[in-house]
Amino acid sequence: MTGATLSGIVPHLPALQVVVPLLAAPVCFLLRRGVICWGFATLVSWAAFATSLVLLQVVLADGTIRYEMGGWAAPWGIEYVIDATNAIVLVIVSGIGSAVMPYARRSVMAEIPANQHGLYYTAYLLCLAGLLGVTITGDAFNVFVFLEITSLSSYILVSAGAGMDRRALTAAYNYLVLGTVGATFFVIGVGLLYMVTGTLNIIDLSERVPALQHNRTVHVAFAFIVVGMGLKLALFPLHTWLPNAYTYAPSTGTAFLAATSTKVSVYVLLRFLFVVFAPSYGFMALTLDYVLLPLALIGMVAATVAAIYQYNIKRLLAYSSVAQIGYMVLGIAYGSVEGLTAAILHLFNHALMKGALFLALGCIMLRVGDVTMRGVQGLGRQMPWTMAAFVTGGLSLIGVPLTVGFISKWYLITAALDDGRWPIAAVILASSLLAIIYVWKIVEAAYLKEPPEGRVVREAPLSMLVPTWVLVLANIGFGINAEFTVGVARTAAMGLLGGAP
Amino acid sequence: MLELFLAKYNYWIVILLMMTGLYIVVARGNLVKKIIGLNVFQTSVFILYISMGKVAGGTAPILTGRDEIFSNPIPHVLILTAIVVGIATTALGLAFVVRIREAYDSIEDDEIDDAEKQDMARDLEGRLP
Repeated sequence: MTGATLSGIVPHLPALQVVVPLLAAPVCFLLRRGVICWGFATLVSWAAFATSLVLLQVVLADGTIRYEMGGWAAPWGIEYVIDATNAIVLVIVSGIGSAVMPYARRSVMAEIPANQHGLYYTAYLLCLAGLLGVTITGDAFNVFVFLEITSLSSYILVSAGAGMDRRALTAAYNYLVLGTVGATFFVIGVGLLYMVTGTLNIIDLSERVPALQHNRTVHVAFAFIVVGMGLKLALFPLHTWLPNAYTYAPSTGTAFLAATSTKVSVYVLLRFLFVVFAPSYGFMALTLDYVLLPLALIGMVAATVAAIYQYNIKRLLAYSSVAQIGYMVLGIAYGSVEGLTAAILHLFNHALMKGALFLALGCIMLRVGDVTMRGVQGLGRQMPWTMAAFVTGGLSLIGVPLTVGFISKWYLITAALDDGRWPIAAVILASSLLAIIYVWKIVEAAYLKEPPEGRVVREAPLSMLVPTWVLVLANIGFGINAEFTVGVARTAAMGLLGGAP
Repeated sequence: MLELFLAKYNYWIVILLMMTGLYIVVARGNLVKKIIGLNVFQTSVFILYISMGKVAGGTAPILTGRDEIFSNPIPHVLILTAIVVGIATTALGLAFVVRIREAYDSIEDDEIDDAEKQDMARDLEGRLP
């Protein structure tokens, strides 16, 4: 490609970010053959990742990008708006996609019936396009449309586990019912906002809604949007769909969804809470303190305790995800620059941790076919590289120094102490200590117990180990040098709160 | 009181449908009925949007060149999209129900729960103390 065509493409990258995976999905469907679809989906993910990196660079250098879809100006057309907050979410979504896809070939071959491979990759591409679309768009109704594209395809990703366990079907069904209720609540909220403001553009909404702080319709819209997104992001106690969905989905599906889909919902909540509603006092500000904050704290502790008692490690990690979402919502509930910085940092960091952990678990699924406490027994010697990756991810989950988990918790605790809320800091520490218990249970089984007699297990193939270790090394890399991620998170938090970026 | 009811009758219909739909989703054990409940629930949102686009005395939003008052077309367009989403959700939900019936031989919540409890017990069989 020549320099001229390249510079011609750059202004249209915001559209290409979504359109490429969206159009790739039907093409993938037509390609049919599993391996070809896999190669195609991998290339598309890498292209999306490259696009998001360029966008992040442009946003950090030149500030917010506003792109008019189809050349229609904002109030009539849909515009894409990219600032530091969603640029980093785009990077994490497409980055996880590009790590999971090279890994997927072996794992999908082992876990999903051959005639469904093409469809599985098609659903994955739709899910990727939807997640990127939710993140990038600057139109409230468009958020709903992409949210539903994401949801419908993720129900399919979950149900693809039915070949191994029939419970994947009921998990997908329950996810569908609750996900639809959540998305419909969200769209009711958007409708009510449209009723009082006459606009769906998020920037226009952010100019008109603050003048209506005492309007009853705005309050109702706020409640519907918070509860709807709470369902989507699995905020305790609305998380009931999540453990089963993550447990019975295929390994690649779980790794991708756990690392991206709830994160994108957290982003939507951030965008609506702080850009559209921007509560400074009254009913909406009190919701942060008296609803989100306690739920986040209860979720952190209750889900961690639930994780300790799990026998299936996939389900254990799913409960731990609910707890980790509690940390993000906690940062949001502070409502301060420090709190939001911590929330966005943890959003990024948790995607790296859970991505690495679920990929390592997928290696175990491939070689042992059992991801329970019994399955990992003695694997420390039989699959040293996989287990080392798992343990590093586990340390990151606990928040041990030199991993990204430490950075997140450091900022969360500092943000709590800055406001003088030391009891909250104590709860964060307590829940981290509880996390040690469930990580230790797995370490104990893998390293201190003998493998079942007669079981011969080989190390996972390189095509799966390399992507897993890329994420593990990212955990360590961003844990040692957090300057970049903290900088982006702080810029994003200031942008959300309307301060100078 | 009656005046309040009549003046905003469209909202009362919306609320009635919304609650009916949600109640069916929560209270019914039959998986197909749950999907129907979800449909009723979504329909209430369609009516909420469409009725807010109504302008008193307005006609259908068709460009005739004459100066006419017409209803706001944007909610109509939005709801066209939402209807498509609703149909896709219903289709996928019913597809799941078909597969669930093949796997469990039932579409009743409680019977499926029992079968899953047995699955769960089987998972734990080889569990070590």
